[in-house]
Amino acid sequence: MPRRKTLRRVVAPPGFRGYKPYGNQYGRKKHVDLLYEEYEAIKLADYDFMTHLEASKLMGVSRATFARVYESARRKIAKALVETREIKSVFGNASLDHSWFECIECHARFNIPDNRTEQKCPICKSDHIQSLKDQ
Amino acid sequence: MGDNLDSGFDLRFGRAGWFCLLDEETGETSFYENDSAEASHGAGTRAVEKLMELGATKVISGDFGPKAKELLEKFKIQMVVLSDDSRSIADIIDSIK
Repeated sequence: MPRRKTLRRVVAPPGFRGYKPYGNQYGRKKHVDLLYEEYEAIKLADYDFMTHLEASKLMGVSRATFARVYESARRKIAKALVETREIKSVFGNASLDHSWFECIECHARFNIPDNRTEQKCPICKSDHIQSLKDQ
Repeated sequence: MGDNLDSGFDLRFGRAGWFCLLDEETGETSFYENDSAEASHGAGTRAVEKLMELGATKVISGDFGPKAKELLEKFKIQMVVLSDDSRSIADIIDSIK
């Protein structure tokens, strides 16, 4: 089994579900899945003008991993533009900067609002949960 | 994706055709049609309003849009994201019990 991916910390998920080309002459094609962490990488590096090192620290991954995520994001966007494909935003390996958790038993992801005290998985009631933020 | 327990689980939240309401104490289920599934905009927001009306404290879906997420956080409704779509409503309810 391959090593599990470190979750990339994402401050805010993209404010869109996708982008669609219009006026394209070729029919519908399969969309490109832009992961939340890829969106975040583009945002930090090209919108907030951070260096890769600063951005990687913010996302909780190494500089090299950040560079790979960023590269993948640029390639996907280029692919979508050139091949007139729709872009969809997909959760990916992100951890949102909220109180989100993942159940180790059934892999459900969930949040625990302030008014709840039990630290248990709402699906299988297991207390084997981990915070998505700590990773 | 339908109004009975054998229906598949719709991964969309605001645009799911039906909502299944489960009473965790009695185990009773009831189905509510989502009137805004085909709405051109604001489906997520209206779905949250519907859940508030029904008095839900937890929501299970495949994903939540940015607006729905914000509202659910504000109203302190617990969100649960299940990314595998193959199960039916009955299977999911079984795993909750």
